[in-house]
Amino acid sequence: MKTLLTVCAGVIGLSVSLAHGATGADSYNIVEKGRYLTTLGDCTACHTIPGKPLFSGGVILDTPFGKLAGANITPDPATGIGRWSFEDFQNAMSKGHGLDGKRLYGAMPFTAYTKVLREDNLAIFAYLKTVDPVENKVETNQLPFPFNVRTSLIGWNLINFKEGEFKADPQKSEQWNRGAYLVEGLGHCGTCHTPKNLIGGDKNDQFLTGANLQNWVAPNITSTGHDGIGAWSEADIVKYLKTGANRFDIASGPMAEEVEHSSQHWKDEDLLAVAVYLKDGAKPVEAAKPVAADDAAMVAGKAIYADRCSACHTPTGEGAANLFPKLAMAPLVNSNDPSSLIRVVLAGSRAGATDAAPTAPAMPAFGWNLSDENVADVLTYVRNTWGNAAPAVSGSDVKDVREGLRAK
Amino acid sequence: MAKKLPSTDVVVVGLGWAGSIIANELADENLKIIGFERGPWRDTAADFNVASAADELRYNRRQDLMARTRQNTTTMRNSLTETALPMRSWGSFHPGNGTGGAGNHWAGITFRFQPHEFRLHSHLTERYGKELSPELTLQDWGTDWEEMEPFYTKFDRLAGISGKAGNIKGVIQEGGNTFEGARSEEYPNPPTQQTYAPTLFAEAAKNLGYKPFPVPSALLSRPYVNSLGVAMGACTFCGFCTNYGCANYSKASAITTVLPVLVRKPNFTAMTNCEVLRVTMDSSGKRATGIVYMDSNGEEWEQPAELVVISAFIFENVRLMLLSGVGQPYDPVTNTGTTGRNYAYQTANSVRMFFDDKNFNPFIGGGAIGMGIDEFNNDNFDHSGLGFVGGGSTRVTPIGAAPIDSRPLPPGTPAWGSEWKKATVKNYAATMSIGCEASSYATRTNYLSLDPTYKDPLGRPLLRITFDFPENDRKMAAYVTGKVGEIAKSMNPRQMVPSSQQGHWNSAPYQSSHIVGGFIMGADPKNSSVNKHLQVWGVPNLFVVGSSAFPQNPGYNPTGTVAALAFKAADAIRTRYLKRPGEMISV
Repeated sequence: MKTLLTVCAGVIGLSVSLAHGATGADSYNIVEKGRYLTTLGDCTACHTIPGKPLFSGGVILDTPFGKLAGANITPDPATGIGRWSFEDFQNAMSKGHGLDGKRLYGAMPFTAYTKVLREDNLAIFAYLKTVDPVENKVETNQLPFPFNVRTSLIGWNLINFKEGEFKADPQKSEQWNRGAYLVEGLGHCGTCHTPKNLIGGDKNDQFLTGANLQNWVAPNITSTGHDGIGAWSEADIVKYLKTGANRFDIASGPMAEEVEHSSQHWKDEDLLAVAVYLKDGAKPVEAAKPVAADDAAMVAGKAIYADRCSACHTPTGEGAANLFPKLAMAPLVNSNDPSSLIRVVLAGSRAGATDAAPTAPAMPAFGWNLSDENVADVLTYVRNTWGNAAPAVSGSDVKDVREGLRAK
Repeated sequence: MAKKLPSTDVVVVGLGWAGSIIANELADENLKIIGFERGPWRDTAADFNVASAADELRYNRRQDLMARTRQNTTTMRNSLTETALPMRSWGSFHPGNGTGGAGNHWAGITFRFQPHEFRLHSHLTERYGKELSPELTLQDWGTDWEEMEPFYTKFDRLAGISGKAGNIKGVIQEGGNTFEGARSEEYPNPPTQQTYAPTLFAEAAKNLGYKPFPVPSALLSRPYVNSLGVAMGACTFCGFCTNYGCANYSKASAITTVLPVLVRKPNFTAMTNCEVLRVTMDSSGKRATGIVYMDSNGEEWEQPAELVVISAFIFENVRLMLLSGVGQPYDPVTNTGTTGRNYAYQTANSVRMFFDDKNFNPFIGGGAIGMGIDEFNNDNFDHSGLGFVGGGSTRVTPIGAAPIDSRPLPPGTPAWGSEWKKATVKNYAATMSIGCEASSYATRTNYLSLDPTYKDPLGRPLLRITFDFPENDRKMAAYVTGKVGEIAKSMNPRQMVPSSQQGHWNSAPYQSSHIVGGFIMGADPKNSSVNKHLQVWGVPNLFVVGSSAFPQNPGYNPTGTVAALAFKAADAIRTRYLKRPGEMISV
């Protein structure tokens, strides 16, 4: 009986919108499309614990306000979305409303997903209905009071949320618009890369200019500014997203997971569209003024760099393609926020592996044998040499990150 | 009683160079492959951190990467009349453990054996006839240079070997090793830079009319993306090489070249910390049915398979064959049987020099960073009337002079006190050594067998080594050391200390892990164990791959040839065996 209910709900949901009906062939096509779209959206990142059944939920998200967990989005009627109609799903994606109008937290990036076209949501929903139903009750709201009170979200939405499907810009090419749709919508790049206001909403006037989450810096991925990706070609962007590595950088941390789960599986034309969109509006890089080479921190940092870093990253900060990230003129290195750099020096980091770049090299941890001052000095040196320019790092910056890491 | 698991297509025993290469090649045939490794999974990112990899106490003194002798060791004796005793700590050689095997802690010197090596018995008989000593049991390999060359090339591309060719398609190349067999192409990477000692040696050798060349190195000269798409870094000459894992992804090993790709293949499974106890055979004794292994919980499992590849270190290859009753055990008295036959080693010689006016900065270096000459190697010189055959690779490859172990002092220096301190300060940076890694030729009484007394913790007999240096090899050692001494003398040191391999084999001091033979390849099942495809005679679905297949050892390091044989076996399985499973050569 439960199964029948599920099927009925699915059919009703589809029949409302698919005027031409669902033939077997269409059903195949729409499910395949939906599968690809869920990959584009990297739904597994929050909805699948590695090694657990697909989309059965439970991935814990640490937010500045407390813990949230990704929901079970399998078609299980009791603990998943088995009883949902398509309109329920459309409301979740476009309005941030769960079943019975319950408001979703912004960790579910509906502020981006609202741009997803209804026809794409239909495909995603059709695909999700084909996944194995898994009974797994997930308490999504693990926030402390008062954040756990969902009515607080009414005000949050008023400030941070603008509902509405993506509208193509007729002035731009079809390719650009596809890129914009993917970046602003399902790709939800801004969830990590756009700075947040005090209550965790996107500062949309600073779209994609870089942000800090859980001591990882998601760098500026616009083509503007000294710390952006202006030097990257469209091919560089495509290669990075496809393989996790290019001649400038290697993905690590949450971005390595994104590449492994999502962007390596994107179609080349979609990656190129993203690159075209991100490269649009590139402005000349303004000259920034580096910290002087004779500054005491720079002198100390240079010596530490020679001893500890130069073997891999090379004495000129060039690194080695696909293996040791280039430090000269790297967006992350030039970012105002040094948190990611401090984090990888203290705790190390491992790149993701893809079929095209299977090496998965690691940055070793130096937290155990470099002091806060050592780390600060070497990073100040790295951030202000070989054309780089960024604010000096202080020992207390390093201390903060060290304590943050210890708390986990 | 072992619990029986569902059958698989292929089991590969040992995930060092040979096993990883074969497993990866066969995985491309869509076969379901299970790789067994007695040690842990090793991985550069997790195991060899640049901030801690250069730990001399842990890796050199305490041998962290080696097999534990408590788990498995060998017994040794010099002659048939002695009772063998077990090695309770590794001395003479260093069997590896974990994925990558001994290929993690090797020095990276990657020679190809010369064309005449593969038909050594025929070649030397043709050239010297009756002069050849009856003491030696030299044999041809059953293969030849033309068959081997493509697989050496495959390995060069996999490992990113850095060097200078001396012979490309028969055209001699200036600056390379002109004694090498004709290569089909140049090395994938140029030679590494040279440090001071090799540079001085090369100048001296050149002045004496020899042709010095950069030693072919698996420590890479530049960043490289290998034939499987794995990225590697450039060697930094850090000096922590032999006995260490590489933190810079610059020393080629299975973990830096093959395994990152192999583990991504869904049809490959690695079973680590699983010790393979024996190969199971059907009642006819003509077919391997799988293997039995013990997991880390002490539980025994039987893993049936269609194809069994044994690619562990030489000792375990031979021991598994003896324990599984594959082939007839060799008996030196009756000179019958093949399993355990033609065990050989390497004959190490050197001349150390102490200078007053030189600073070699000896902490800079790598296991394969250096210059060599080949004028006194193998049969590159006329042995008529010399009373021996064979020779050695002469070279200067200074591995970094590490803080604990490296105290090179002239003979007669007190072992402690202020005179010792003074001599240490005076000599640490002012000494260098010319080595000559020379051939080791097989004899009737050097062989491997199961020990009648000593057993491992599971009750299986240990492997017994019966070995001593043959008279032929000692004469050769004296001769080549004399030649090396001439070069050393021309460099005008204050003092020269020659060391030629004389006397009995002593298992206590480290010499080299270049041990070969015991399950050798050849053209005749009467005096060899595997055919030229590394397929066991009479057991067509069993392959045994490694230096265990070498009938004797030339004056070269073995790893390049072990890897080439692995590619060769994989190629034979892929292109021939899978199409028509059965004996690929019938005699």
